[in-house]
Formats: sequence, C-alpha cells, structure tokens
Amino acid sequence: MKVAFTLNGRPTDWTGAPVTRLASALRDDLGLTGTKVGCDAGDCGACTVLVDGRQHCACLLAMGQVEGRAVETVESLAGHAAALGALQASFLSHGAAQCGICTPGMLMAAEELLRRVGRPSRGEVEDALGGVLCRCTGYAKIVDAVMAVGNAGADVTPAAGAAVGARLARVDGVAKVTGDDRFGADGIPADALWIRVVRAPHARARFVLGDLAPLRARLAAVLTAADVPFNGFGIYPEIKDQPVLADGVVRYRGEAVVALVGTRHGVLAVRDDEVPIAWTVEPPVIGIDAATAPEAALVQADKPANLLLDGGVRRGDASGSFAGCAAVAEGVFETAFVEHAYIEPEAGWAQRVGDRLEIHVTTQTPYMDRDEVANVMRLRPEAVRIVPTACGGGFGGKLDLSVHPLIALAAWTLGRPVACVYTRPESMAASTKRHPARIAARFGCDGDGKLVACEVTATFDTGAYASWGPTVANRVPVHAMGPYAVPNVRTWGAAYFTNGPPAGAFRGFGVPQAAIAHEAMMDELADALAIDRLEFRHRNALRAGDTTATGQTLAHSAGLAQCLDALRPQWQLAQAEAAAFNATQDLRRRGVGIGCMWYGIGNTSMSNPSRMRVGLSPAGTVTLYSGAVDVGQGSNTIMTQIVADALGVPVGQVALVAGDTDLTADAGKTSASRQTFVSGMAAERAARDLRRQILRQANAGPDARLVLDGSRLVIHDGDDIRTLDLAGGDSLMGEGTFDPPTTPLDADGQGVPYATYAFAAQLATVEVDLELGTVKVLRIVAAHDVGKAINPTLVEGQIQGGVAQGLGLALMEEYLPGRTENLHDYLIPTVGDVPEIECILIEDREPLGPSGAKGVGEPGLVPTAPAILGAIQHATGVRMRRVPVLPHRLREAIVASGEKPM
Amino acid sequence: MYTNDMAAYLRPHRLDEALNALARPHTVLAGGTDFYPARVGRAITEDVLDVGAIAELRGISADAGGWRLGATTTWNELVEADLPPLFDGLKQAAREIGGRQIQNAGTLAGNLCNASPAADGVPCLLALGAEIDVASHGSRRRVPLRRLITGVRRTSLAADELVLAIRVPRPRHEARSGFLKLGARRYLVISIAMVAATLEVVDGRVASAAIAVGACSPVAERLPALEAALAGATIDSRLPDLVEPAHLASLAPIDDMRGSAAYRLDAALVLIRRVLARLAT
Repeated sequence: MKVAFTLNGRPTDWTGAPVTRLASALRDDLGLTGTKVGCDAGDCGACTVLVDGRQHCACLLAMGQVEGRAVETVESLAGHAAALGALQASFLSHGAAQCGICTPGMLMAAEELLRRVGRPSRGEVEDALGGVLCRCTGYAKIVDAVMAVGNAGADVTPAAGAAVGARLARVDGVAKVTGDDRFGADGIPADALWIRVVRAPHARARFVLGDLAPLRARLAAVLTAADVPFNGFGIYPEIKDQPVLADGVVRYRGEAVVALVGTRHGVLAVRDDEVPIAWTVEPPVIGIDAATAPEAALVQADKPANLLLDGGVRRGDASGSFAGCAAVAEGVFETAFVEHAYIEPEAGWAQRVGDRLEIHVTTQTPYMDRDEVANVMRLRPEAVRIVPTACGGGFGGKLDLSVHPLIALAAWTLGRPVACVYTRPESMAASTKRHPARIAARFGCDGDGKLVACEVTATFDTGAYASWGPTVANRVPVHAMGPYAVPNVRTWGAAYFTNGPPAGAFRGFGVPQAAIAHEAMMDELADALAIDRLEFRHRNALRAGDTTATGQTLAHSAGLAQCLDALRPQWQLAQAEAAAFNATQDLRRRGVGIGCMWYGIGNTSMSNPSRMRVGLSPAGTVTLYSGAVDVGQGSNTIMTQIVADALGVPVGQVALVAGDTDLTADAGKTSASRQTFVSGMAAERAARDLRRQILRQANAGPDARLVLDGSRLVIHDGDDIRTLDLAGGDSLMGEGTFDPPTTPLDADGQGVPYATYAFAAQLATVEVDLELGTVKVLRIVAAHDVGKAINPTLVEGQIQGGVAQGLGLALMEEYLPGRTENLHDYLIPTVGDVPEIECILIEDREPLGPSGAKGVGEPGLVPTAPAILGAIQHATGVRMRRVPVLPHRLREAIVASGEKPM
Repeated sequence: MYTNDMAAYLRPHRLDEALNALARPHTVLAGGTDFYPARVGRAITEDVLDVGAIAELRGISADAGGWRLGATTTWNELVEADLPPLFDGLKQAAREIGGRQIQNAGTLAGNLCNASPAADGVPCLLALGAEIDVASHGSRRRVPLRRLITGVRRTSLAADELVLAIRVPRPRHEARSGFLKLGARRYLVISIAMVAATLEVVDGRVASAAIAVGACSPVAERLPALEAALAGATIDSRLPDLVEPAHLASLAPIDDMRGSAAYRLDAALVLIRRVLARLAT
C-alpha cells in the first residue's frame, strides 16, 4: 500500500505493508536512522517522534495510521553543526548526551513540550520526558538542558594548553544531537542477510535437532554447533566455556541454539515451533544454595562442586581480634541479578573481505573481540578487523561477545554481508548480568571507633558460564573491607555456576554488592558507639601513607577524608531538615544516609596496557589514533583534551580516529574505570613523543610554543621563531604506552593489585511512605576524589549516571529469567525517580595519571545503594539486607520491626 | 484494503465497513500500544482491522443522560477535554498510563479490550458506572463494563463485535472523583494496586459512593460493602476511617514480582483511605 504523509515538512510517499511500524519504515526504507529502536514495545521511548505535533513512539504506529499526518524526526531539528537548533545546542553544551542512543527521543519529547510551554517548570519537563529512558546520564543534565534552552552559554573553546580541566563539549557530540551518529543497527548494508537466533526456552535441558532440511530450503543457512570452527568463547584465555551455539545441552534460558540466516523478513517469519528441537528438560540449578548443595547437579560437567573459583585476602588475625573489640556488627546481605539495560540492544554486521573478516559492531572492547572472533573462526587475529560503531551504552555488558561470532561465521560461510540485531527480550535473556551476591560480613572496632577486624565472605552466583566471574571474585576480596584502614582482615570471594544467565561485568565488578555490606557495618558500629556515622568513617578513612589489607602502602591520592569533609556541612543540615520534617509527620519519614567506597583502577594484578598514537600529517593535521572505545563516558573527548595540552595545540586542532583495529593500536577495554587513567596516560605520552620529535626537528627547547597554521608549523622558542614546512616532509607519529604498575597477589592476597584507587562518599536523603513502603530519593550529594577532572562536565555525567544505576540497584532492579525480559517488567529509573544530584569534585592528584587524573566510570554507582539503604534505616529503623528494596519488602519489614505499627 | 502475501490490513472510514469486515476474524488495531508490544521480533501475519479512521468512534460528547466517550478517544484527548469534576479521577489515571507517548496513542476502549488486570482505566470507569456500546453487523447492545471484561485478558466481546463508545451516566447529584496508583517507579509503570472513587454529594454528605480497586483481582472490582458503609456519611476528615479491611474481602490479589498478595490488600486499603481523604477536602 502507498502511504502519503508529510515527513519533516516534505510530502513523502512510502510503499509497503501498512502494518509496518513507523520506526521501521523511517529507518529501513526512508534512511532516517536518527530514530532509534530500543524495545519495539513503547517501553523506552528511544523512537519518540512527533506526529501532528505530539510525541509518539514510532514503534507503536502502523504506517497505515500515518496516512495524511505530519511526522517529524530528529533529523528535522537541524542539519549540521553550524545550525544546531537551540535545544540541540543546549544538549551539547550541557553534556546531556552521553552515549547518545536516547538523545533523539529525548529531543523530540522535549520539542513537543517546548512548542507548548516556553519556560517549562522542572515538573513539566519531567512529565514530558517521563516516557524516554536514559541509562547513562541520570537525567540531570538532560533536564538542565531542556530548562536552559535559549540561555545557552558561550561555547567553551580553551586556548592551547588549557584544555585539561575545561568543560569542553563532547568532540563527538554534534552527531549525537543530530541523529547522525551510527550505532550498531544504523549502518547495515541494504543487501545484508539477517540472523535470527533461536534460543533455549529452558534453563537446563538436553536437546536433539531434527531434520533442518526444510528450513534450509527456505533460508540461506541454518547454523548449528556443528558449523562453528571452535565452539567456545570466554573472557579468560584458559576458560572458553560458552558455546557460540549450544551443542546438545543448554545451561540457561536464552542460550543460543540455532542461527537462522536469510532475508530479514524470511528469518522473522519462521516461528520457533517450526524449528525442530526435541527438548529433554532437567531440573535447573537456580541460586547459590542449589549450586552449593551437597548433591547438586553440575552445571558444567568438568567443574566440581559448581565452583568457578575462590580466593581472598588475609592480613593480621581477623577471627582472633573480635573478642577484644568494643563493638562488633555482623550481617548477611543479598543482591539480585541486575540487567545492564543499555538502550541500544546488541547489534552489528560482518562481511568477508578476501581472506579477512570485517565486523562492525557495538562493543566496549574491539581488540578482545578481534582475538575472540579469530579464535572461534580459527583465523589469525590479524585476519579479523573490528570496526566499532557508536555504542549505545555498555556498562560492562558489551565486554562479552554477542552477535559477533554468529555474523562472522555466517558472513564468512556465505560470502555476503550478514547482520544481527537483538530484540529487547533477546538482549535481556541472552546477555550477562550483575552477579547476585550473598555477603556475610562481620566488623569490629575499638572504643575509639577505630576499626580492628573485618571478616567478609562474598558468594556469587556466576550463572551458566564463567564470563567475567573470576574478575568479580578476585576484585571483591580486595575491596570488601571498604575504604578503611583495618589491621586484621580476612575476606573471601567464591563464585558458583548455576543455570542462571551468565553473570559478567557490570559497572563495579561486584564491588557495589560488597559496599552494601561494609557500609551497613559502618553504620551499625557507629551507632553502637554513638559516634556520628560520617565521623566514624572519617576516623577510619584510608589516607595517603596508610597500608591496605593487601599490604600496599598508598603513596598518593587517597581523598576519602577530603570527600567526607566536603559532605559534612550538608550531612548535618540534611539531618536537621529530616528531623524537622519528621516532627510534623506520622506517615512519612525522612532519613539521611551516607555511603563510601574505594575502587582500584584497571585490572586486578594483571597487565592492562594501552598504546596510543598521535600523528602530524604533511597537511598539518594532528590526529589522535585512539583504540579506546567511547561508550558514552567521554573518552574521545578526554583523550583529545589530554593530547592537545601535551602537544601544545588548541583542542580544536586535534582530529580523532577511534576504535578501528586496523587503524588504531590496542588501548584495552573500556572497563574497570581505566580509560582516563591508563589510555589517558598513553595518550599523554604519545603526544609528548610527537612534541619531542617536532622540537628536535626545529632544534627548539622544551618550553617552545607551537602554532599550527595549515602545513606550516611555527615554533616560538623564547624570542626565536622557527617555521617547519610540513608539506614537504613525512608524517610524524608519536607513540605512547602505559601499563599501570601492579604486582600479583600471593596466596594470602598480598601485593599491589592496583596502581591507584578512586575514593568517594555520597549522601542520600530519602522519604519513606511508611504505609506503602515506597521510597522516594529526594537528594544525592556525591563527593568524588577523581585525582583531576580532565572535563568536569563529563565527570559529573559519569557520577550522575552511576548514581541513577545505584538507585535502581537499591530500589527496583531485579532480573528474573522468563519474567522480567522487557523494559516494563524490568524497571530502571525514569526521569521522575532520579533526584537532584550535586557533585563535589575532589582533586587529590595521582602522579601516575595524566595531569593527576584517576578514573570515575564505576565509582559513581558504588556508594549510592549503601547511602540509600542507610537513609531508609535512618528514616524507619529498619535495615534492609536484601536489594532491591521493593515496596512490599520494605512494608513487610516495617511491619515486622514493630517500630511503627500500622 | 491492502493485502500482501501475509495479511490483510483494513482501515475503513465507515463503521459499517468495519463491522462487515469482522465477519472474518481480524485483530482490531487502535492505538497500537498493546498490539505491537505483543509482536516484538516476529513477522505480523494476522489480518488487522485498524479502527483509527472511523469518525464515529472518536470524540467526547454529552447529552442529558450523560457522556459518550468514543472508543478511540486517546488518553491525552480525554485529559484535554472540558469535563466536570466527575472525570477528575479518570483524568488522573490517564496521566499515569505509560508516558506521554502512550497517552497520545493509547485509546480508552483499547485499555478495556486488552483486559489486563492492571489496566489503569478500568477502576475509574467502573467507579463511574460506565456502560459500553458494542456493535456487530446488524446488532447493537449496551453492556455494563463489569460484564464486558470477564477475566485476565478475556472479554465477552464476540469475534465480530466492536466497542463503539463508553457511556458515563450523568450523576443525580454533584459528583467528584479521584484515582491513586501505586507502582515501584514514577512513569511507565505497571500498577501494583490502584484505586478509583466517585462520590456524589448532597448537603455535605455522601449521597452515593462508588469505589473500585484494580490489580488486586483478575478484573478490577467495585466494593459494594464499602460503598454501602460510606452512603450517608458526612464528608469530612473522618471519612477514611469508615474503610475497614473486611470491605476488601472480595478481592483476590496474587503474589508476583511486583508485590505479595497480602501487601496488595494492605496497599489497596491505604490507597482507598487516601483517595477518600483527598475527596473529603
């Protein structure tokens, strides 16, 4: 059917099946990929467009319904950087776009409001944006941007040498606010075949495939385990335990079994019941207790007792020290599977280019992907090229393979481009999760409130496959005593296989779970000795010169006490305000809580080098070749700022080539909060190397000033001015590497696991509805020691986004296989749930880092849930030991406590 | 009409065309907010009847007997309509359904026909005493809302029947209404429990009360015992005190990931008291 409508002001004819979603027609047929698809179910709002001036989810409108109507997409707001609309400009200058996947939807939702209300209130903005989910920003800068439209400040254009520390707009931001950025599903060639994966409906089963010939006759290919050259992948070189396609056994609901390859319509038209799979369902091993039961079935036959690994840290005599303590606190804390819920589902496409494979994919880790795909395909790593697309959120979930091996295998076999885009339910069922944890903690202190001993045993449900389980189990014992000086420590981590989804990397690698335990212990010890909760933490805070439980002496940059000092005035004020409020209320109670954390930057006791290159071409173009993937956190901008200052040119003169494994060197993965610290240092060294080469050619001194004017490079060395004509010469290339100095941990966990640590303290004010058990977070104040804020706007964005995820962890997020595999049953915070978040940046310089910087990607999340839980306890007297604190759980605990009988 | 190799898609402008078409089974498409989420990642192969272009199904009107809310009236159209305080509760519910995108697309009748136990519109319409105009080729009937929805995802509509409109009778006295919803987050949230109340008021007393609770039974339910207890009561701050747990005895909530059965009952009681407190001020 032909549908005539107005698209972005122009009459448009579209022809196709009228039941086609508007989102699909815009993206697939009309070339407008600025409209993003996050769920196809109206749950995320990423596809928000205006229809007759009203915001609609383009995934919920039939093209047949669009006849005669006016559709406006993000592409209508502006065409190019010079003509950004006021709203887009405001988003850019406020840092309202991080990964950018929700940005088009946010912009259109805001556009509807701004056409009706010139100066909207915060409440009106929240109502207008309430239907668009963002997983990166915590919404703070988005709301600020909408409210400030028309009051845009001047563009930040730092002079040479002044880029570090400036609130520079994202260097890749224009494409994010115009809809031009190309994410995993945005650049798929029109002639690509598509893959639909048939997945296990059972958590544990054996299966036999029937006759696939009828399906093979309908499709280009039907791939099974037998087709995969090496059918195992995994993060660790010695643990390739997850099959690309299951081979007779499935170990979790959502595991890939068969890959259907054909036209997009062809693979979607195959119903699951047309794929002949004979299942023999077995009782699944669900949860830690089932996995550790004496006669538990094995999830992986060669993993005795379902144990992935265990280990810990021992220092002093923990168990023998409690007897002499003035106060001892203990408790067991439990957390759930948590879904990353990036708004961009896994997506990519591959093609065979001669004897090589080229894979365009959304990822956090191109070089690991390259090596892993090569291993699966039995190719040399150099035969695989990974071209990262824009990444619409990762948070650790795009560190594991997803579509990559399937599109690689199909493209290699069929000699045609092949694409795969996960649906939202598929993304949620198939991908890794945060490890559910059970943390048993016991802490003791002396009469002065100084910590004496700590014992923590953290047990993790690592799901069906190892993924990043070892990383979690190793990292947590190092952090489980919290950011405090404790002389006697025994911490232990153990991870067990279950028939749950593979638990992998998720912002914090287990540390957020552990922090829930150690911060509850701090509150209880402080209360026992009638010491203020903040002052108790201040008394015990790790400081420069202190020795950690692994025997590492912190030489520099341990700013927790400064963070607490910065919070103290607000802490006291917030408590007074809560008390005043509570004096007037019976049914609602306010409380104030505090959470602290530390976080080792980079891999735990393992090499994790970055290599960066900075080139100067004969045309006078400075180019940073960065293999560090920007997943929204801002590394493209951070690296550019660092390079500009280290080289000595204005930041606007630094061009960027990012990610592509053929064009950039290995800068490691975007995880462990490592890119600013590790890759940033490598970038600084690369730029300094280039500068040295330039100064050597010009025979100039180290303080010379560079002025780049086309292919003329003018060097001002004191009063001396020299000019290099680049046009005639070769390209110059500076290189830098950095691998943070660490040492292995011995059997007692002694050593230097990390070169530096981030520290933070956050304060939360909550209001609890005692009758309903609901919790409203009213305010968060976050003080973070980041060493040096290379770009304060981006640092704040990381903190605010982390806080929102910490709020979700505390109050609403719980992934249940088969039950919360979508974004309406699995809840993440909306714009109405995230409160005002004030960020306080503490800069306790780290000499190893670029300009003193550390990392901030994960730390924002870690203290939030502990602060909220402490605030709930302060408000109600109830200590919640299981998250998420769903309303019914809190209400039941309030009733059981008898504190406030209703 | 359009037919491709898979399915028919009809978008008639006239009601009789639609009713004729329903001689064959079609899935009715209105706002799309339930249709598309149920079809993620698969080809849509069924025959579809899009009722969005039928003028008779749109719009809000009033006569001496009450109000007619066209079946495909969207939640946002309802909010923006000039309606008396009787409709405040329904408008409050409208603003709690999804986000603005859903409110701009989702229709009143779609919310009823989808027959979710957590449909936010149902308790309000029950508390307004709504009746539903239903038509098929050659016949029309008017059915009370509580007989339209018969169970979880089940209605009494025959395959060839279409909802035309929702009828809200004009109350005999001054009336006011309210709605409260409990969810685990703000915006885009499926109700754990919700409550709608309509009070008719004469001389500062409750002339009649209609109270309905949603998400606490397969179909939202009125609470006749409570309504009887409220009748004649003085409208002041003590009104909520008349609500007793026994008034909720007919509810049968389930345990699920959003809340336990006991909690739902507990919460429903609190919400009823609060909505009455609000209506009493």
